[in-house]
Amino acid sequence: MSADSEQRTIRCLIAKVGLDGHDRGAHVISRAFRDAGFEVIYSGLHRAPDEIIQATVQEDVDVLGISILSGAHNTLVPKVMAGLEEYGALDDTLVIVGGIIPEEDRPALFEEGVDAIFGPGTPMQETIDFVKEHAPERP
Amino acid sequence: MSRAVESDLVERLLDGEHRALARAITKIESQSPGYRDIVSELHAHTGDASVVGITGSPGAGKSTLVDKLAKHYRDQGETVGVIAVDPSSPYTGGAVLGDRIRMASNVGDMDVFFRSMSARGQLGGLSTATADAVKALDAFGKDRIIIETVGAGQNEVDVVKTADTVVVLVQPGSGDDVQMLKAGILEIGDVFVVNKADMEGASRTVAELQEMIHLRDDPRANLDTGHHGAAAFDDAGHGHDGHGGHADTGDTADTETDDSADDPPVWTPQVLETVATTGEGIDELVETLDDHRDYLDASGELAEKARKRAGEEIRQLLRSDVNRLLEAELDRRGGVEEFAEAVVEKETDPYAVAEDVLEPLRECLDDRDD
Ligand code: B12
Ligand SMILES: Nc1nc2c(ncn2[C@@H]2O[C@H](COP(=O)(O)OP(=O)(O)O)[C@@H](O)[C@H]2O)c(=O)[nH]1
Ligand SMILES: [Mg+2]
Repeated sequence: MSADSEQRTIRCLIAKVGLDGHDRGAHVISRAFRDAGFEVIYSGLHRAPDEIIQATVQEDVDVLGISILSGAHNTLVPKVMAGLEEYGALDDTLVIVGGIIPEEDRPALFEEGVDAIFGPGTPMQETIDFVKEHAPERP
Repeated sequence: MSRAVESDLVERLLDGEHRALARAITKIESQSPGYRDIVSELHAHTGDASVVGITGSPGAGKSTLVDKLAKHYRDQGETVGVIAVDPSSPYTGGAVLGDRIRMASNVGDMDVFFRSMSARGQLGGLSTATADAVKALDAFGKDRIIIETVGAGQNEVDVVKTADTVVVLVQPGSGDDVQMLKAGILEIGDVFVVNKADMEGASRTVAELQEMIHLRDDPRANLDTGHHGAAAFDDAGHGHDGHGGHADTGDTADTETDDSADDPPVWTPQVLETVATTGEGIDELVETLDDHRDYLDASGELAEKARKRAGEEIRQLLRSDVNRLLEAELDRRGGVEEFAEAVVEKETDPYAVAEDVLEPLRECLDDRDD
């Protein structure tokens, strides 16, 4: 087939961090992203921030989607962000968070560099459109 | 895209920057502009890694085994690169790449570089992309490179053949696996592993495999030709003690040092048992892989394989490049549909069209007087 493929595929990592065992949402998102034509790598449950950093850097994903329902987002998300920064992956990775994130915690996460937060009830299309629109241009 | 950007990326990759390695593979995988310059520049820095390919049916335990192998190599102080190819994804549209989930023994260890690859958009070119990604890992300085792919068809066989040593993984009592072996996988295996040896039927599967290999390597097995060189090895290889017999491969290497010029070392495929989930049998597997590597070295097959691969790469590149030239030429002349219409209307025929489109190229090559 034609070699220099023009149409680019959006690569995403859907990550479950920490002791959080709620994985339904992550699966729902993974499938929806796949159906939207994205390439999805699912981390599996109970990943340490270091593993998420390693995967994001190595897989060179356009989008890192972190799913957290455990309430530990305030400690886990900053760790991941710091790691991405260390490996020069923060600037060109779109970071989105989903799950149970109370309104009052959100400003601090945005401050950390999170690009968007999608809680329960967000229409799936809204999430997909956001990703399509904001997935970083790769040089 | 300027050449300078590519050179900078290559420089950073050679400097050991993980992000640069990741980005180089992205460019290779999506064949984005400039990727060829990158691979060209990397080529001179390759050749030091040992490359193992692992294939088998879905669920056989490949990813779990890769994780344990990587751990073993890390414990030996070596660095590891893994390319997990999942060709089951459709050529267009989305995919969920699941191999990474099994990576559990090397938590956050950056010296295990794991990369998931889909079959996206590269009908037939997947083996080229894999081979190029392996080059990037090799140039980066990885000591061990492992390619994981599902053993399903020609495409996957081509992928795994970019490795020096091919491991075929089967699970006990699986009819699917027998089908897979019949469909051309048996021929390419250097080491056979019956994984999930904790499950029933493992030893029977080992015996079946040994039988199949025996027939494969010596179709005249029951004719007794009296040609004993290789046959003797064969017996030592897997006749009696079944699995884990690397003593004989040690012999293989010895044979080589023993001067016998017209009796080159012979490799008899080994059949091993593993339990990837617990790591049982991994030590033996690693030893056997090293034995095979030694055999490749001693027999000169390593160099031969490298030459063959290079030849295949050249051909593959030329095919796709010429293809692209001709596609562009077709488009310039109004597109294939127009020609097709004319053919259907009997105004011309496919041979005449092909000749016509190809003519300038042929002339150009003929006119060269070098
Ligand atoms: C089902 C459930 C469970 C199941 C989980 C099964 C499973 N395998 O997932 C079980 C029974 C095991 C369970 C256990 C527990 N649970 Co529970 N559980 C729930 C419940 C009722 C629904 C969660 C769910 O599956 N929703 C359906 C999915 C599809 O929605 P979702 O995950 O929210 O995902 C959507 C969005 O958030 C978003 N999204 C999610 N991830 C991502 C990622 C990205 C990248 C994006 C873009 C979007 C996105 O998109 C999804 C689709 O819209 C919630 C309450 C609630 N209403 O949310 C409590 C809840 C999450 N559980 C809770 C708790 C406390 C627990 C337990 C600690 C004990 C307990 N009290 O039951 C244990 C802990 C288990 C563990 N090891 O972590 C609390 C968490 C409180 C907090 N965060 O402060 C909640 C909120 C209930 C509550 N109100 O107290 N739970
Ligand atoms: N019982 C048993 N299960 C195994 C073994 N190796 C892998 N598995 C399981 O088999 C399933 C598939 O493994 P995976 O590595 O993903 O297979 P792959 O599709 O070949 O990569 C997982 O649930 C593993 O835990 C083994 O040696 N014994
Ligand atoms: Mg796998």
